[in-house]
Amino acid sequence: MATTAQPGASLMGASVRRKEDPRFITGTGRYTDDLKLAGQTYAAFVRSPHANATINAIDASAALAIPGVHAVLTGEDMKKAGVNPIPPGWLHPGIKIAEYRALAVGRVAHVGNAVAVVIADSPTIARDAADAVVVDYTDHPAVADAVSALKPGAPLVHADAPGNVVFTWQLGDAAATDAAIAGAKTVVKQHLVNQRLIANAMEPRASLASYDPAADELTLYVTSQNPHVHRLIMGAFVLGIPEHKFRVIAPDVGGGFGSKIFIYPEECVVAWASKVVGRPVKWTATRSEAYLTDAHGRDHDTDVEMAFDANGKIVALRVKTVANLGAYLTLFAPAVPTYLYGTLLSGQYNIPAIHVDVTAAYTHTTPVDAYRGAGRPEATYVLERTLDVAARQLGIDPAELRRRNLIAPDAFPFQTAVALQYDSGNYEPALDKALAMVDYKGFRAQQAAARAKGKLLGIGLSSYIEACGLAPSHIVGSLGAQAGLYESGVVRIHPTGKVTVLTGSHSHGQGHETTFAQIVASELGCTIDDVEIVHGDTGRVPFGMGTYGSRSGAVGGAAIFNSLQKVKEKGRKIAAHLLEAAPEDVDFAGGNYFVKGSPSRAKGFGEVALAAYLAHNIPADMEPGLEATTFFNPGNFVFPFGTHIAAVEVDSETGQVTVQRYVAVDDFGNVINPMIVDGQLHGGIAQGTAQALWEGAQYDSNGQLLTGSLMNYAIPKAEFLPNFETDRTVTPSPVNPLGVKGAGEAGTIASTAAVANAVIDALSPFGITHLDMPLTPAKIWSAIQGAKGGN
Amino acid sequence: MAEINVSVNGRAYTRDVEPRTLLVHFLRDAIGLTGTHVGCDTSQCGACTVLLDGRGVKSCTVLAVQANGAQVTTIEGLETNGALHPLQAAFREAHGLQCGFCTPGMIMSSVDLLSHNPHPTEGEIRHALEGNLCRCTGYHNIVKAVQIAANTMAAGGSAVAAD
Ligand code: FES
Ligand code: FES
Repeated sequence: MATTAQPGASLMGASVRRKEDPRFITGTGRYTDDLKLAGQTYAAFVRSPHANATINAIDASAALAIPGVHAVLTGEDMKKAGVNPIPPGWLHPGIKIAEYRALAVGRVAHVGNAVAVVIADSPTIARDAADAVVVDYTDHPAVADAVSALKPGAPLVHADAPGNVVFTWQLGDAAATDAAIAGAKTVVKQHLVNQRLIANAMEPRASLASYDPAADELTLYVTSQNPHVHRLIMGAFVLGIPEHKFRVIAPDVGGGFGSKIFIYPEECVVAWASKVVGRPVKWTATRSEAYLTDAHGRDHDTDVEMAFDANGKIVALRVKTVANLGAYLTLFAPAVPTYLYGTLLSGQYNIPAIHVDVTAAYTHTTPVDAYRGAGRPEATYVLERTLDVAARQLGIDPAELRRRNLIAPDAFPFQTAVALQYDSGNYEPALDKALAMVDYKGFRAQQAAARAKGKLLGIGLSSYIEACGLAPSHIVGSLGAQAGLYESGVVRIHPTGKVTVLTGSHSHGQGHETTFAQIVASELGCTIDDVEIVHGDTGRVPFGMGTYGSRSGAVGGAAIFNSLQKVKEKGRKIAAHLLEAAPEDVDFAGGNYFVKGSPSRAKGFGEVALAAYLAHNIPADMEPGLEATTFFNPGNFVFPFGTHIAAVEVDSETGQVTVQRYVAVDDFGNVINPMIVDGQLHGGIAQGTAQALWEGAQYDSNGQLLTGSLMNYAIPKAEFLPNFETDRTVTPSPVNPLGVKGAGEAGTIASTAAVANAVIDALSPFGITHLDMPLTPAKIWSAIQGAKGGN
Repeated sequence: MAEINVSVNGRAYTRDVEPRTLLVHFLRDAIGLTGTHVGCDTSQCGACTVLLDGRGVKSCTVLAVQANGAQVTTIEGLETNGALHPLQAAFREAHGLQCGFCTPGMIMSSVDLLSHNPHPTEGEIRHALEGNLCRCTGYHNIVKAVQIAANTMAAGGSAVAAD
């Protein structure tokens, strides 16, 4: 196994061990909560215990009397100081934007809504004082689920959003879809609930702000996936601090999965309060606070109609979805159930007519936004679960039904009925490979034999596609994004030939310090130890849009790659000058520039770098130095795809599901580091499997979160999961110079449907055709009992 | 305030602590060893796992005063003479970590496991780690890492030179 590079050897495609690991395995990583600034104080929040209430009065006198308390600040204080509400980053025509204040003013709209903050000398004093703040509320009826919220007479979440409608959104040809459904041989109808999830990155959110009056500069350390986005939105829209006076640093971040994209109230409060109290202020969420305040994910209620002709070909798809967006709109919330969902509803299939109709609702719950996959797992679940229901109804094997409907390999670029144009793809080989790996035919035989003995085995497929490398700025702009989605990459060659790379992507587990260094080492012929990847600091990296939507390799990596080409090209001119050759006669390989045909006439990359900085002897019209910047703005998304297959056993006595095997065949285009890509897949599969079997946030009808801790929200333990079997096909993406696609979300996108399908397949002897997730033992046991009773 | 004497990673500390101070906060705040993490407030995640007199404990469930007179080992104390513990090396080799937040607790729990079961089966490893949550890896490579380390240690390798 390669651990470090041989100079000159290409490291692309090598499972290089990670550069970031030494600090993490020795306890010397630096996460936000590990930092301590001189004079640091601590924030604790006073939070609403009610889902819907009017704030009548806040009495902080007892809290202020506690020694060590510096201040108790409220929403009114913040508003008076000119701090603005937190805006969403994506708009739709007619969208109703509720005022989202970091500290509530006048009313609260979900349990956990922050009402006031205490700043004190220690975390325990701050907590004690927060508990001593007395808030007088008038409690009102609340509504937690979106379908109820849209019914006439439901409690209103915001007075200026009638009927609790945030927006309605449609895509596709309604008339063509209606006509095709009316003329179809078979129409399969299914109601699907994609339950609410909570991301649960293991590091709770944290922030630490420090204001320097001498420079009039604010520094914020924060658990962010996109520090430049934090700076832009907090600076320009919320706090009114210009970029050059505001530095945001996201140091080591312990996982995000989407939940650390958004601009949260607590970091706005901490940043503002540090200036008010004149001391650094730190806040770290408890896990209980994380459950109440980290943006949740999913939460769709969907009716699907999938229409087939006599040959089992899909002729139309109609999807109606109600999306619960919670009490306020966070950064990506409006985009998730629309552009990241509706546009994916063609999947890998040739579906001539599709119409999707989405209604987004406000409810008295924690805001809902992107969680790993963001819209694409929901779309995949709609297609793949419905296809399995259809397969049973049509009497066609699920693998065969998928195969019949795949987009043919010669049909690319393929224009779907829901706006996207897939640039490349070849779906059948991945399907075949996955079927072969799991021995599909053999499993079916084994399943039949097991059934004869009363044992319940099931197998489930999920053939998915995702659009990722979230980027094309002109496209996202035309769709309502309030920012471009390119990425920047600076390659700075030092006089000794060592390399610093500044990237706007952010790594919070993805291993960019390694994979990006592999790109550099492969291009420049150096080792990865000659390369430093700098990320997560607006004071060092010129600009960036951050990491989400599986975009870092395809957009951030491509920016670095292009800067490397610029640097190499300038180096070639310098080398040619030194070698007294024409630049077109000079080649670069293995870390050396040499004259074509006479490899002994050569200059090492380090010599050229030194020459660039000495500037004693470079071409007359050339600037000294060796550094390049690229803002890479790709022309399209990238479209990873694949087929995942789960094989399960269900215990008919207990309803317990055991995942026996999990096979994943994915096409991520070119792969930079297979070890890291497999790792991302494993984690994604675990999260998607968890949605199918265990996880689900539940509110009672008063808007109280019933699953508010790790004790009653079941994230998977090692014992719950099998080993994963992964393989790939390779269809390079044409939209970026590395030919890579995103790999960070595929596991989550594919696995939920695969596992759910496997469980329902296992239960088919009972005539069970569908159960909503999570497929817990209790739910399965009841369904089996119900089916037996009905017989 | 109560005075406690604790040996952490072989070094003696005498400190005054509030009686309600948890061991994890003592380690992180009082003596600055931030490798031990806090991932929850209900004793579920295991990010805070350390060895207390050689046994794996969740340091968020132990009061600092309870550690009075005890020997504590944290992730920072696992290396010997600059050489990684086989488990540290194996976590890197098998890619048993991504964001790294669960990693110190995972490694300390695995040290505990291998100290009383040097040849665990895959099932025993998965069972032994039930008190440690990882949201990044899906556990696949963590299990592999523990297997690799068990083999290294069985072959007599005690520590691996850090690179
Ligand atoms: S911090 Fe989660 S178990 Fe100790
Ligand atoms: S590596 Fe991120 S939680 Fe385990």
